[in-house]
Amino acid sequence: MEDFEQPVLSVSNITKHYGKGCVNCRGSQVEHLLKNYCPVCGTVYACQDITFEVYAGEILGIVGESGSGKSTLMECLYFDQEVSSGEAYINSYKSGTANVFAESSQQKRYIRNHMMGKVYQNPLMSLKMNFSSIGNIAEKLIAAGNRHVGMMEARGKELLEHVNIPVYRMKEAPKNFSGGMQQRVQIAKALSNNPPLLLLDEVTTGLDLSVQASVLDLIKTIQRELKITVLIVSHDLGVIRMLADRTMVMLDGKIIEHGLTDQILEDPQQSYTQQLVQSLL
Amino acid sequence: MEEILAIEHLSKSFVIHNLDKNIEALHDICIDLREGEFVGITGKSGSGKSTVFKCIYRTYAPQKGNIWYKSKKFGLVNLADLSERQIIYLRKYEIGYVSQFLSIMPRTTAQELVKHAVLEMGHEEEYAEREAFKMLEHFELDRELWDCYPGTFSGGEKLRLNIARAMVKRPRLLLLDEPTASLDHASKLKVRELIEQLKREGTTMMGIFHDIEFMENLCNREYTMRDGKLVDIEI
Repeated sequence: MEDFEQPVLSVSNITKHYGKGCVNCRGSQVEHLLKNYCPVCGTVYACQDITFEVYAGEILGIVGESGSGKSTLMECLYFDQEVSSGEAYINSYKSGTANVFAESSQQKRYIRNHMMGKVYQNPLMSLKMNFSSIGNIAEKLIAAGNRHVGMMEARGKELLEHVNIPVYRMKEAPKNFSGGMQQRVQIAKALSNNPPLLLLDEVTTGLDLSVQASVLDLIKTIQRELKITVLIVSHDLGVIRMLADRTMVMLDGKIIEHGLTDQILEDPQQSYTQQLVQSLL
Repeated sequence: MEEILAIEHLSKSFVIHNLDKNIEALHDICIDLREGEFVGITGKSGSGKSTVFKCIYRTYAPQKGNIWYKSKKFGLVNLADLSERQIIYLRKYEIGYVSQFLSIMPRTTAQELVKHAVLEMGHEEEYAEREAFKMLEHFELDRELWDCYPGTFSGGEKLRLNIARAMVKRPRLLLLDEPTASLDHASKLKVRELIEQLKREGTTMMGIFHDIEFMENLCNREYTMRDGKLVDIEI
């Protein structure tokens, strides 16, 4: 097998539901759901049976309407939420032999701090707005076990320079920054421990067009330079078209279609994907 | 000459769900291409020429038939059902596609656009820059334009940039999808010169052209398409 065929992350049958479920919706009865909702017990199935692989150095896009389960999937992968069932294997963790969802909280923290970085739509989810920007990065470095102040300062500086935050503003708190700059600080923080996997959840939503373009440029450059694997969630097909090699389409908690990004955009097979693509401005 | 591509009984239709329609775009297409050859496809708009190319490049998912391609990396493979990862690899290293439209990245200059294609292959920055400059010079793109955003370029300049971007990867197989559409006569001649030069250098190519005069003495073989079918082969 060649390197490019080794999955960095391999996910199988992830299901996340809110509610206990009942005989109508549990197990193989999911076809009785009304969209992703059980009409009998009210359980919501945010993700149903999600299986995919993402490979070294590739950008995998996830698109779908609001409420389709994209962000829930990212939260499950980053251990922000516990999965109801399913497995995930990370190539760099125990040589990809351990289901990371079955690991202890301590191990999950280790995986999260060493092997993943996440950028949220809302910078408040990741950044301490009153800490300095460099302090925010140091937080992630400390979480990964670093204690050498000089090293952390140098690393923080390097990362912030990489994401085009001017040196003289590094000690400033992100609350004083624009939306685009806050996203860039988040990206720097996510990259601080050289994770092999970067999760991006609607990173350009709410930013104006020129700032969006600069954030996308930055992601593309970082991905190329660091050869990092990126999982990007967006409901903006333009973002996906620009960044993703392959794309998965989600609807009602399920993956309904996947393929090469240009194939999804130019020859969509499913009715929902056709509607989605036709809505592209 | 060794066969590099063989399309066997390729069919493709588009299902339009909201109209409950099935549009047949290609029917039983068979084409073969040997190493170093230039094969042309002509036909009216809507005859299915671009669909054939998009099936080869897998922008469209073929439904029936096989597209056998002799890859340097994977050996003989069927592009119609090859894994997405392998298709991505082939696009990066072996198969180039030039359409009449240039897909532009925001705030990316002409030279960066060409350089990125080399960087994608995993080469060093310095090497990528050298190759990009060489290619831009080769295709005679005015030096003053190298640092400009291609959105403002003329049709001919965009096309030369598009070809430079595809050729900088030195693909084994180059697909030219109406590269002369909407170009003036002088620009068309320039494209013809480029194609002749690529042919001399041994690049295997398939090209779609509306203009039959343009193809004269250029192609080893010409296929004509009508209503999604091959109707004529000229050698």
